[in-house]
Amino acid sequence: MTSPAPLTFTARVIKAGVAEGEALVSADPIGFLGGVDGQTGIVTERDHPLAGTCVAGKVLVFPTGKGSTVGSYVLYQLAAEGLAPAAIINAESEPIVAVGAIIAEIPMVDQVPIGAIRTGDRVCIEGATVTVSRGADHTR
Amino acid sequence: MGMNTNKVRNADEEDVMRLTAEEQGWLAGEAGPALRRAMEIVTALGTIYGARRLIPVESVQISGVSYRNIGDAGLDFLCRWADEGARVRVPTTLNPTAMDMVSWQTQGLDPDFAAKQRQVVAAFARMGVGKGVPLPTCTPYLIGNRPLPGAHIAWAESSAVAFANSVLGARTNREGGPGAIAAALTGRTGAYGLHLEEHRRATLRVKVDAVLDTISDYSALGALIGRTAQKAVPLFVNLPLEADDPLYEEKLKALGAAMAATGAVALYHVASLTPEATSSDLLTADCACWCIDDLTEGYAMLSDDIERIDLVWIGCPHASLVELAQLTERVAGRRLQVPMWITCARPIRDLAVDSGLVGKIEAAGGQVFADACMAIAPVRNLGFQAVATPSAKGAYYLRNLANVAARFGTLDQCLAAAETGHWPSMGRDA
Repeated sequence: MTSPAPLTFTARVIKAGVAEGEALVSADPIGFLGGVDGQTGIVTERDHPLAGTCVAGKVLVFPTGKGSTVGSYVLYQLAAEGLAPAAIINAESEPIVAVGAIIAEIPMVDQVPIGAIRTGDRVCIEGATVTVSRGADHTR
Repeated sequence: MGMNTNKVRNADEEDVMRLTAEEQGWLAGEAGPALRRAMEIVTALGTIYGARRLIPVESVQISGVSYRNIGDAGLDFLCRWADEGARVRVPTTLNPTAMDMVSWQTQGLDPDFAAKQRQVVAAFARMGVGKGVPLPTCTPYLIGNRPLPGAHIAWAESSAVAFANSVLGARTNREGGPGAIAAALTGRTGAYGLHLEEHRRATLRVKVDAVLDTISDYSALGALIGRTAQKAVPLFVNLPLEADDPLYEEKLKALGAAMAATGAVALYHVASLTPEATSSDLLTADCACWCIDDLTEGYAMLSDDIERIDLVWIGCPHASLVELAQLTERVAGRRLQVPMWITCARPIRDLAVDSGLVGKIEAAGGQVFADACMAIAPVRNLGFQAVATPSAKGAYYLRNLANVAARFGTLDQCLAAAETGHWPSMGRDA
């Protein structure tokens, strides 16, 4: 059985770069200060859809950021600990996560229809081009 | 679904920011990694907010200075940026720290914490903030960073943003910490938001029928308006304030700070007083109209139901020399039983020492600290759990950031609490 053809999106670049990884998708916004542990990469916000999940190495997909502006430094801390997401995809970017991605050197794009991406998809980001592949065992 | 390509937008057609050749070079890293990162931040923020170009800024105010807030990650990042050669291009001032940089031991700060806080300030000094000698304050406009009307600036610190836009007529958005640093390193910010004339008109008309007298009354009014106005641009009419009021700037400083704390107000106008309130078409056509005839809720909304007070904090935003003089008169002859800390910029404190004000405040039992802000200090670790303040912004952040109980009231109430250790049960004084 063949895999479905990959989806391709042209995104808006927030932090230019090349990255590839497995998608980790949250339907809810993420606030990094108090929401993600900077020393473990685990989402700690109670009742968050990703609570208990580690963001390290994932292509982290969520609608937008929220919460304290100090959250930018949590992304920097994750990168310093080697636990940063491989890339960040937002529906609509806001300054906290954008600045965090830049200072942590995490490739980031926005203006992507994130509803089309599922956790476990293979996502490749090259500048403004986002390619999403899905294994044959997932029905589209 | 059969579709295998889904172009949602074409990056070549819209939202593209035009950069000068010099700016493009900085973004490409031709002037080193520090400036590249700064340009990445400035252009990303401009992109997010729809700027088509960057504009030069005349000055910058940086926030995100308290070690308690930014932690080791923030300190590490600032040191790395400074190591990479980050240097400011325009006059840049620094927000308050968590402690008096000289008298932190008197305040009871932990030496390890103090060492980290000093490293944060040292990183900014290496970047050339304050010409290498940062004088941390949230009132840079009282110590020489005072933009002229129409000047484009990039300020963080929400109370200073409100003052610069509204009282001075300068133009700035509410910058964040790293965003402000990036503006200082590039001397640029995106041309969006309040830098553009069309976003500076009033979207909310506030008629004030309440009796306003003291500085804290203006703070209470601001708390009420900010809570509901959020990002609106209010126009105040019927405000009982004259340009020759000896506390003119202090009252407007308090009003703007409160609106920027309980809401996200960055600009307001006062009819026939503030620089941009002269135009006849100042109000947008679809503006909302409010009337405020009582301040009771403004005081109550930021007060915990506590009776014992173990610290009185005055100087949020940092006190001016006029406020220190007023306070000196009020504490003369009193004997304060609980600590009363007044915070201000160091040059203001130096002037107050020279003119004898600090000596008189200390004689009554108060202390005047420079550089510091209690809202971002480790207040609980200093042994305080219940703080009284005549500042709505102070009370808001004491409760939400410092995690202590707070009372917001008039200066009279706060001084009574300092004398007795108990919040006075009387109603609000006029």
